[in-house]
Amino acid sequence: MPPFKPVLLEAVGVPDGHTLASYVARGGYAPVAKALAEKQPADVIEMVKSSGLRGRGGAGFSTGLKWTFLPKDHPGPIYLCVNADESEPGTFNNRILMEDDPHQVIEGIILSSYATRASTAYIYLRYEYPRSWQRLQAAIDEAYAAGWLGKNIKGSGFSLDVYLHRGAAAYICGEETGLIESLEGKRAWPRIKPPFPAIEGLFRKPTVVNNVETMACVAQIARRGVDWFKSIGVPADPNNPRDPGSYGPKLYCLSGHVEKPGCYEAPLGITARQLIEEHGGGVWKGRRAKAVIPGGISMGLMTESELDTPLDFAGPGKVGCLGLGTAAVVVIDDQTSIVDFLHNSCRFFAHESCGQCTPCREGTSWSLRMLERIKAGKGRLKDLDILHEIGNTMGMMPGSTICGLADGAAWPIKNAIKKFRGEFEDYIKRTNPSGWMVTEPVPALQIVGAH
Amino acid sequence: MIARKKILTDEMVAKIEALAPRYPNRRALTLPALHVVYAELRHVPLEAVVEIAEVLGLAPAEVQDTLSFYQFFPQEKPCGKVRAFVCRSVSCALRGGDELLERLCHANGIDPYGTTPDGELTIEPAECLGACDFAPCILANDDLLANMTPEAAQAELKKPRARAT
Repeated sequence: MPPFKPVLLEAVGVPDGHTLASYVARGGYAPVAKALAEKQPADVIEMVKSSGLRGRGGAGFSTGLKWTFLPKDHPGPIYLCVNADESEPGTFNNRILMEDDPHQVIEGIILSSYATRASTAYIYLRYEYPRSWQRLQAAIDEAYAAGWLGKNIKGSGFSLDVYLHRGAAAYICGEETGLIESLEGKRAWPRIKPPFPAIEGLFRKPTVVNNVETMACVAQIARRGVDWFKSIGVPADPNNPRDPGSYGPKLYCLSGHVEKPGCYEAPLGITARQLIEEHGGGVWKGRRAKAVIPGGISMGLMTESELDTPLDFAGPGKVGCLGLGTAAVVVIDDQTSIVDFLHNSCRFFAHESCGQCTPCREGTSWSLRMLERIKAGKGRLKDLDILHEIGNTMGMMPGSTICGLADGAAWPIKNAIKKFRGEFEDYIKRTNPSGWMVTEPVPALQIVGAH
Repeated sequence: MIARKKILTDEMVAKIEALAPRYPNRRALTLPALHVVYAELRHVPLEAVVEIAEVLGLAPAEVQDTLSFYQFFPQEKPCGKVRAFVCRSVSCALRGGDELLERLCHANGIDPYGTTPDGELTIEPAECLGACDFAPCILANDDLLANMTPEAAQAELKKPRARAT
């Protein structure tokens, strides 16, 4: 195999790589011009479907298949929402794409809108990315001026408006129906599905919600072809008819206790150990990893012995994690207390639970209160069983919540207690020698403000 | 009837109206309108909520309902000229984010979410700022402060800072 060359990150380090001139010089916008002139929307859908592209936002659903769920011959309007509310702890690949190569994202948006017959696309951008805001707005202005956006693009008869819409610092807006509610000007409470957004989404019209990196992949598939895309990654498991495979390049975000944190592009299926050793310069200060988050905090934890797991869509699930998620790999070294890690995770989800479903609102805030108490040296062994029970009962999988936020909150709890139970028990016995065996109810230490 | 001084200026209303053609209904302007007012006033008082509702043709409660969800727009009083979000999520926490927040609050004599008495600086904990490659990091107005130590951060936060967006 020839050495892997980054394509999604091609513009990183290129002077003025974020400008239209640079993007065009690198071959950009020629593919969309060709598609608009020669292809029907159905051909673009077929191209993306046959490439095997799976959504890069976390769920890993087939992008082309998602597009086919739109009603046929709908009078419109149909909307495209680009999910740039990247808020999963550890994740920053969308930021790099929007700051360093915004036109690649816009070309993907034009292609996707053409395929889905959307005439308006909203980019829902999180508040915390002011630089992405500036770069994207400048790129959109450039694209309008050059005739790549607006009415009758390059004489094709296809018209598209792209608008930036700014969020207000809420994690739940990354959930696709929470994003839609927020865009409509309401509280970002996720909707009960069905109806799915493809049938009834933004402003009650058919809507596709896709991630920023997915848009960039669509642009690259149009430029380099389906065969190129399918030559990268992990093919479908022939023994599992339900495995669609993990094709294409992926942006892995590496952070935490590594020597060189950063966003690295690699074929899907690189192992966590390869990523840490070959790209990240190893665990920092010559230490060993105690645990590694495979794809954003929601995905749970891998232990040191599980680091050879391939980070494709199917890999992390084989070692008990929730999935690949956003492919944000966070390394936790052997000097770090797993109790501190879980407290941090519970604090995040207690803050970000939208409060709509009781099991999530109460489950996340009570798990935080228990971790506060354990950290303060008042833990009991019984708490571990209660935490595990919370983890097993809140979420879409046990069927108690509307969206997947609670599953993401539950997985770190379940993984940490299952894989590091000994450390929790030692900590509790050491810090609470007179009370670790108590089983009667005990009061919480303090009321924690939850979102 | 005594004419009440309006909080929303003509310029703010014009900025909001300029965004109206982007959306098929006026309720979708709620969040953009809140950002317009917040950018000017550094808070969105209840009187402004009533006026935004008038402009958008909504009930004030509808605007307040949306605003209160985000916990982002201060209502009681303006936040400091520099609003600093100190990241405390996992990647930053592993590299000292919690200690950074504590040291900065201590050095400036305020609690988290507090504003210094001179109105210069507000310090708030934030969940993941999406800059984990620069952990621990701070978002100060529109500037990302990367790889911060408490000393470097304190010096940075004393500098005046533009807020373009």
